[in-house]
Amino acid sequence: MMKRRLLIVEPSEVIVEGLKAILDGQIRFKVLEPESDIDHLEERILSARPDIVLINPTLLSNVRHLQGEHAMALVALVYQYVERDELKQYDAVVDIRDSRAEVIETLAQVAPGEDEPVKSNYELTKRETAVLVQLAQGKTNKEIADALNVSVHTVISHRKNITHKTGIKSVAGLTVYAMLNNLIDESALL
Amino acid sequence: MMKSRLFSSESRLSDLITAHPSLLTLLTRLGISLGFGDRSIADVCEESGVDTAFFLLICNVYTFNNYVPSTATILGTDMAGLVPYLEKSHRYYVDKRLPHIERHLDAIAQKLNGRIGQVFISFFKEYKREVVEHFAHEERDVFPHIEALMGGKKDTTYSIGEFVHTHSDIEGKLDDLLNIVFKYLPPQVDDDNVTDVVYDILRLSEDLKKHTFIEEKIMVPLVQHLENAILK
Repeated sequence: MMKRRLLIVEPSEVIVEGLKAILDGQIRFKVLEPESDIDHLEERILSARPDIVLINPTLLSNVRHLQGEHAMALVALVYQYVERDELKQYDAVVDIRDSRAEVIETLAQVAPGEDEPVKSNYELTKRETAVLVQLAQGKTNKEIADALNVSVHTVISHRKNITHKTGIKSVAGLTVYAMLNNLIDESALL
Repeated sequence: MMKSRLFSSESRLSDLITAHPSLLTLLTRLGISLGFGDRSIADVCEESGVDTAFFLLICNVYTFNNYVPSTATILGTDMAGLVPYLEKSHRYYVDKRLPHIERHLDAIAQKLNGRIGQVFISFFKEYKREVVEHFAHEERDVFPHIEALMGGKKDTTYSIGEFVHTHSDIEGKLDDLLNIVFKYLPPQVDDDNVTDVVYDILRLSEDLKKHTFIEEKIMVPLVQHLENAILK
């Protein structure tokens, strides 16, 4: 498996060393020599070609231009107050109060990598499975949203993914799918 | 669409079928029996009392995916055979294809755990019920309207606009079934029934797509024209 190249852009040595300690031994990431000088950042990205740039959002007001032609994920590294709109430019946010596992998970999700086995991309996520089970029980989008504590929009987006992955559009068809995969038993059916 | 690629009435019918074997299932529905020897399409059609242009129109639509006949072509063709053809197709799907698929699915369901087998087969039965209802609606409301208009009657009991508005797809669930059968059935049910039924479903799905296409791209423009010409 190819390692994701991670560039940390952060002036605080304490924070940088803390992140390096967390990511040390993680086979999924190769932590590049951190960058603290914002003036050389563009040049550095061109030469180092990172897959993920983990950057303190207070350093730059416009980060999107950094991407250029280079396909990389931008992750905000937050430890002080940052405007909500400011964070919208980023693909994900790592808060230094996050647990070790959360930091790793955020970074792994933002750059899943092209060499992941295809199988896992087509497997339903836990969330999608939860939506599927509710659908099979005859729940409406609204009811599912309430039960899972997410928006209706999110439920619809999960449903699209489920259909995209399985090739099955109708609720009746998805119910058969859920049963064949032992996601529900007969007592769960109406 | 290159005109030259479409079939001509001077071709041998047998050449047409050899090149596109799937057209074989159309012949009965179009009123042509086997045993046509080496006669041309025009000759076979004439002997069978089928309009040659109409026959070619349907064959061309079935064979060439990008071919959408122009309004001029539709209006320039004798469409008397359209409603009988659509009705025969309905019978072909309901009386032949669906029961055939159902027999395979029944055999598969036997091998699934009780309740799962039941849910699996009832998915198909529900689909079949929807298809039968879909066709019944067309035969009850739409087709008589078309025949009345073709007979020159001022029929206002139905408007094709309603059909355009409510016509639903009947292939969607069949594609769901296809995915379930060849991707998600447990390995222990794998037998000839599974592969056979996958082919059967694929063929029916393709056929139904063309059927829908003929209704929406040939029948609808034709009826819109007739309604405008007769009712105004």
